[in-house]
Order: sequence, then structure tokens, then C-alpha cells
Amino acid sequence: MLTAVLLFLPLAAALLLHFTKGATARALALGASLVEFALAAFVAVDFARHGSSAYNLDYAWVQSAGINFHLGLDGLSLLLVLLTTFLVPLILLAAFRGNYENPSAFYALVLFMQTGLLGVFMSLDAFLFYFFWEVALIPIYFLAGAWGGERRIAVTLKFFLYTVVGSLFMLAGFVYLYLQTGPAAGSLAAHSSELSAFYKLKLSAGEQSWLFWLIFAAFAVKMPIFPFHTWQPDTYTEAPAPATMLLSGIMLKMGIYGTLRWLLPIVPLGFSQWQKPVIILAVIGVIYGAIIAIRQRDMKRLIAYSSLSHVGLMAAGVFSLTQIGLQGAVVQMLAHGVNVVGMFFVADAIERRTGTRQLPDLGGLTRRTPLLSVCFLVMLLSTVALPLTGGFVGEFLLLAGIYQYSAWVGAVAGLTIIFSAVYLLRLFQRTMLGPDSSFSATITDLTGSELLVFVPLIVLVFWLGLFPGTFLHLSEPAVSSILTAVGR
Amino acid sequence: MTSIILLSVFGIVQLFLGFLRSNKVLLPGVLLVLLAVFGANLADWNQAPQSFFNHMLTVDHYTVAFTGIVVLTALLLLPFSRSYVVAHEPNLAEYYALLLFSLVGAIMMIGYDHLLMLFVGIEILSISMYVLAGASKRDSRSNEAALKYFLMGAFATGILLFGIALLYGATGTFALSQIAAAVAAPANASLLPMLYIGILLMIIGIGFKVSAAPFHFWTPDVYEGTPTFFTAFMSTVVKTAGFAAFLKLLAVALPAAQGFWAPTIQAMCALTLLLGNVGAAAQTTTKRMLAYSSVSHAGYLLIGLVAGNGSLTGPAANGIFFYSLAYSIATVAAFGVLKLVADHRQRDDYAGLNGLGKTNPLLAFVMTVAMLSLAGIPLTGGFFGKFFLLTAAVGQGHIGLVVFAVVMSMVGIYYYLRPIIAMYLRPAEGPTAEAVPVDGLQAFTLGLLALLTIVLGILPGFLSGIL
Repeated sequence: MLTAVLLFLPLAAALLLHFTKGATARALALGASLVEFALAAFVAVDFARHGSSAYNLDYAWVQSAGINFHLGLDGLSLLLVLLTTFLVPLILLAAFRGNYENPSAFYALVLFMQTGLLGVFMSLDAFLFYFFWEVALIPIYFLAGAWGGERRIAVTLKFFLYTVVGSLFMLAGFVYLYLQTGPAAGSLAAHSSELSAFYKLKLSAGEQSWLFWLIFAAFAVKMPIFPFHTWQPDTYTEAPAPATMLLSGIMLKMGIYGTLRWLLPIVPLGFSQWQKPVIILAVIGVIYGAIIAIRQRDMKRLIAYSSLSHVGLMAAGVFSLTQIGLQGAVVQMLAHGVNVVGMFFVADAIERRTGTRQLPDLGGLTRRTPLLSVCFLVMLLSTVALPLTGGFVGEFLLLAGIYQYSAWVGAVAGLTIIFSAVYLLRLFQRTMLGPDSSFSATITDLTGSELLVFVPLIVLVFWLGLFPGTFLHLSEPAVSSILTAVGR
Repeated sequence: MTSIILLSVFGIVQLFLGFLRSNKVLLPGVLLVLLAVFGANLADWNQAPQSFFNHMLTVDHYTVAFTGIVVLTALLLLPFSRSYVVAHEPNLAEYYALLLFSLVGAIMMIGYDHLLMLFVGIEILSISMYVLAGASKRDSRSNEAALKYFLMGAFATGILLFGIALLYGATGTFALSQIAAAVAAPANASLLPMLYIGILLMIIGIGFKVSAAPFHFWTPDVYEGTPTFFTAFMSTVVKTAGFAAFLKLLAVALPAAQGFWAPTIQAMCALTLLLGNVGAAAQTTTKRMLAYSSVSHAGYLLIGLVAGNGSLTGPAANGIFFYSLAYSIATVAAFGVLKLVADHRQRDDYAGLNGLGKTNPLLAFVMTVAMLSLAGIPLTGGFFGKFFLLTAAVGQGHIGLVVFAVVMSMVGIYYYLRPIIAMYLRPAEGPTAEAVPVDGLQAFTLGLLALLTIVLGILPGFLSGIL
């Protein structure tokens, strides 16, 4: 029951938002997202005490085809549910600053998207998973398209086509798997699309080899992994800040999560067959993103490429298929979600004040904006993976995992720490330090509501950095069971 | 059967209502008739199959289900004929009467058990449509459409009739079940070429009616010239009835000849998907895009025929049913919005939809839902339609065809996004910046169409697997 409330509360709020305007709409949107977070926190505490069985929800959805509306939670999905519910109120708060036209529609789409994301993280039925996977795409397309920058039409079309094409391949893979299954216990249908039924399939290595790419196509585009990334920098740059935060903070994690739950355990043989090429692609992405980030002049684009570099590292960690790499990916999903949302919010705060996000136009902001500088620095250092921050724990574990797989690959991937220090410190230097520019003369410091966004982010950065055990403990059984399913 | 009687009687009554000076009673009257027909049709659900006219027509689950789709489609489409009422169109009573008669033809095509009944049904439907294509008699494009449709249609009917005659010559009967027996155990092997030519000619004839490539060439021109209201009727009712008839013919009468017709249908299917989707992607007006899109949907439905495997109850038949329903609802919604916008803004290209998201949020939303459904994106009925059909086809081992269909639906996503981009992402300018007037009944119907599409996309379980 609670699971259903958790899933549908944002959707209900989104529908209600249609009838509200102005301050009421804000209060409703923020209120709903906060209640949702409280609910998720309650579930998390309860989960840590009693385990997951209470959160299983299973109804026949399309009875004649054996498709079920099956939701459930384990440590892994719970962490992503927590991340989503934690970030959405902050993203809404950030959206309140933006003066977007037709604001209640904007908030409604954000909440609609939240339902889609939560559905992706909780689904235990392949077609339900695909359903929510696409449901999450529709609102973000409109958010990025209707409120985006000048080149939004071409850019969002590319984004939409890339992701839909990727997910159609995944759907094709799922249909194939579905037709291999037998009937579920007590069901009249000939097949079952339950995740557990997919886990039980005995597929030959040859089948798994191509199935791997069918399913991975969707995840590779979503993450995105080199060379499927070409939609990403443009979309991140053209989308309005809250949409970029949703894309980079949460949506990207759908790809990593999908790999962990819907790829590794289903086609383990295909996975080990393609492990090496994919890790190499991921590490190429790490280096490629970082090198391009160094050359960027646009703040948002720079952060977009930095995100590309970091997600490459997460993918490489997952594909190292070691306990430590997988755990690192889990922590880094949380840390990266927090960091990247913070970074994009900084960029947005500066752009709203100065009207530009070009590095050559900026400089010397720090004298007039001490609070912004501090928040910026914390987010930046966590992204660089300085010890004590969440980014450090995540990247350390990831690199350790990749090193276990291959020392050489680990060494190359490790360059990310140096590169990210280069481009991020350059970013800080060009914006906050140095001589004043004409744009920075009138800048004001953070307001109360902006601070309200940063404080929870900073708290979480240090929490992840100092006590990662809280989260690692939750995800450990789930990660172990994935590794067992793969046979490692 | 009650529905056929009701429709025929009220069709004639409708003709006499034309003597009234006022058009005002016509629309409510015809809506009530269709509601009654819809109810009468549903009352036959879950009854034992009944046979009429010396076993020429059967009313069973199959008939009731597909009749439900065509009547519902007509019902949901009618409110968009309001502009004719407002404009005091002098021939409105005749239009409505022809629509009712054409529904009689559609129901006969769905319920036939005898090739003569099929032929009579197709003719009743087609002749009504030839006339209605030319409804705007002072518009030369409408005249062109009617003439083109009539000449091509008459030619195709001739081919169909020739096919029926050859089939009769080879099997000695018009009844579907007896044809099946005769095809399964041919009495005289020297008649086999006649049988195969007959089957081929029938496939060509019906393929023309449902606009399957390579017999689709008339579709874009006729759809474009025909007044939008009747185009919507053509692309939904005619197609649904045509596919119901097609499936019945192949599955009931000709399962034994599957080795002959399956490759033919597969080739038609691939060609239809290719020409429909690539053609639609190249269009610049919404109406022509929808015309090509209706060709492409014929392609998806042909996959159902390929996977039908001689059964009116299996996953493929159910897939065709669900797909036709989802497609009809989304198409009515798309044409409904297009008609309202095009009537007001006097243009039917993509740019005519610019800024609709701001001026008419309801119209834009309904159009968006319709486009997503036609593109097969989840949350809409169109997704489950494609899903059921393609899964059924993969289950029968037609993997290559399904992969091709999936690739083609990727092309589809591109052109279905174009109206959405125009409505939400491009600003309205000049005369297009004012709101399009929508009356209460139309707004209600549009809301209902969007709701039905979403309900089919969220709770497909109600209607999947009912056959």
C-alpha cells in the first residue's frame, strides 16, 4: 500500500497542480515533494529494521499476457528512491527561482517525471520497467523542449530519438526473453515477464551475446556511455537548469541501475563476453569527457562534459564486476547526483545574476558573494573527489574495483582525478577569482531560499564522505545477490 | 443483427429528416441512433453465436467486438461535424444517412460468412465513401478525390469480384467454412492455379481497400482532398472493417493455403511499412502525414495477419482488435483537432499548429496524446497495440519482419513528433495566435478520446484477450 502511495503521490500532485496558480502551485508542488521525501525516509528506516517484504506490490496488469504490476524494494532501489525523493524538492526550489512561463505546468511535469523515475527504480516486471522508462522520458522532453534555450527544438528532438531508439532495442530484447519464459505459477498466460522469471532463464552464450547489446543499447544511451553520448552535452546545455538537474542528477542513474538489475543477472555470459570492450569504451569516455571539459568556455557545457566523464567511471566500475566496484558505483550514484545538481545550481545562480555563463565574461565574483563561493567550493571539491567528501568515497571504491579488474585500465581511469581537478579548478578560478568583469560588478550573494537548496546538498556531501557505511550497508545485500546471480 | 436493422431504418429516416428546414435536430438525432446501436451491439456480447440469412452472416464475439470499434469510432467522430450544422450545409441529412449506411456495410464486412455478403458489405461501404469524398462539391480538390477514389475503387472492386469468381470456380462454394474444406482437400488438382489466382486477386482487392502497399497509391491524394471529417471516417472505419474482413478471409476460409498467401502478405507488409513511414516522414502538411501514417498502420496490422495463423481468437486476432481500437481512437482525435484548427486557421501544414499549446491547451494536449499513441509510446493505447501485435508475430517466428517493423516505428517517432514540436515549441504568429473556438460537445469528446487512449495505455488488461 505504502509503495503505491510512494509511487503515485507525485502524479496526484501533478494532476492537482493543473488547477492551481502562483503561490498555491508552489506550495502544493513543494509540499507534495517534501511529503514524498518524508515517506521515502520512513520507508528507508522501516526497511533497515524489518526488511523489504512489506513493500512488495503485485497485481495482475495484463492477465492474458502474464504481465504484472509488480513493484518491490531492495537496498539498491531504495537508495535510488531516496536520491530521487531527496533531489526533487531541491530541484523544485531551484525552479522557483527561475521565473518560468506557465510555472504550474513546469512543476507538474517535474512531479510527473518523479513518478516515472520511482517506477523505474521499483519495477520488478520487465514490461512495467519499460513502461516507466518511457514515462520518465515524456515529461523531460517537454521540460527541455518547451522551456529550453535557442537551439532547443533540434537538440531535444535528437535527445528524444536517441533515447527512444535505444529503449526500443531494449524492448525487443525483453520481448525475446519473455517468449522464452514458461508460465508463472498459478497463471493462465503462456509466458511471464517477471524479473525473477528472466533470472531463471537458461540462455546459450550465443543468445546472450546479442541480447546483451539489445538491452544495453537503452542503458548506454541513457547514461550516456561513449560513443552514444552525442545528445548529452547539447541537451544539458539547452535544457533549463531544473531539467538539466533532473537529467544529470537522477535520469542518468536509470542507466546504471538498469545495468545492475536488468542486464548483469539476466545475461551474465553475454556480459563477460563484452566486459572488456565496454570497460574500454567507458574509460575512453572518462578521458574524452575530461579533456573536452578542459577546453570549454560555457559553464553548463563544462559541467555536462564533466558529468560525462564521471558517468564513464561509474560504468567502468560496474563492468569491473567486483564487489567493491559495484558498491563504489552505488555510492557514486548518490554522490554524483548530489554533486552535479549542486554544480548546475551554481551555474544557474551565476547565470541568473550576471546574464552570462561564458567563462571569459566572468571573474572576481568571490568578493561580493562569499556564501556562493563556499557552496561552490564544497560542491566542486566533492566532484574532484577530495577526501572527506562523498565524491572521494565513490571514486576511490570505483577505482579500486577497476584496478582489481586490470591494473592498466585502473591507471588510465585514475587520470580522471587529475583531469577533473584541472578543469574544475579552472572553472572556479575563471568565475570566482581573478579580476572583476563588467558582468560581476552588480552581483548579489545567495538568498535564503537558494541557501536552502545548498545546505541539504552540503550535508549529504559530508555524510557520504564521512559515514558512507550508512548507505553501503543498505546496498550490500543487493549487490551481493547480483554478484551471486552472475556467478562471481 | 439489431444494429444492422437499426442503422438501415434510421438511415432512411435520416434522409427524410432532410426535408426539415433546420439542421439542428440532425446531429443529436444521429448521435442517439449510434448510441442505441452501440448498446444493441453490446447486448449481443456473451451470447451464443447466431447465424442469419442462410448462414451468410454470423454474430459472434468477433463480430460484436469489431462492430463495437466501428460504431464507437463513428460516435466519437460525429461531434466534429458541427461546422456543417453551423454553416447550414444543405446536404447534411444525406451525409449522415450515408454514414449510417456505410456502417451497415462495415458490419456486414465484419460478420460475413459468405463471400457474397463480403462483397455487398464492401460495396455498401465503398459507394457511400465515394460520395462523401466529394462532399465539398465546390472544392475542386474534393471533386478530384471523389473521382480518383471512385475510379480506382471501382477497378479494385472488379478485381475483388474476379477473385471471388475464380475462388468459386475452384471450390464450388461461397461459404467460408466450405471453402476451407475444399482448399484443405482439393478435389481436382488442375483447378489449383485458378484457386491461387483467385486468392491473389482477392488479396489485391482488399489490400486496396485497406490501403496496403503497393495498392496504397490513391491514399494520400484522396485523403488530402476529402473533407477532413470524412477522411477521419475513411481512415478508421474503413480500415478496421477491412482488416476484420481480411483476417476472417485468411483465417477461416484459407488457412490451408497459408503457404501461398503468407509470403505475399509478408512482402506487402514490409513494403507498406517502408512506403508508409518513409512517405510520412517526407510530408509537410499534417493531413498528408496522417494519410501516409494510415498506410503505415495498415503495415503494422498486416503483421497481425501474418501471425494470425488461422485463428480468430489467438494473440494475433486479439492484437488486431486492440490495435484497431487504439488506432481508431487516436486517429479520430488527431483528425478532430486538425479539423478544428484547419477550419479556423485555414491551413493544414505543420506551421498551422504553431503555438497551439498556448492558445488551446486542450487541443494541443489531445493531439499530443494522439501522436504519442500513433507513435507507440507507452502510457497510450498505441503502445500496447504494437506490443501485442509484435509479440504475437515474434511468437510465430517472424523475427525479421518484427525487427523491420521496430526500425520503421523509429522513423514514425520522428514524424509524429513534428506536430508536437509545432504546438509546444514554436510560437504562434499573426493570425494563428488567437484561440481556436471549440464547443462544449467537441471539448468533451476530445477529452474523452484522450482519456480512452490513456486508459487503454494504462489498463490494457480490460480489453486484451477478449476474443
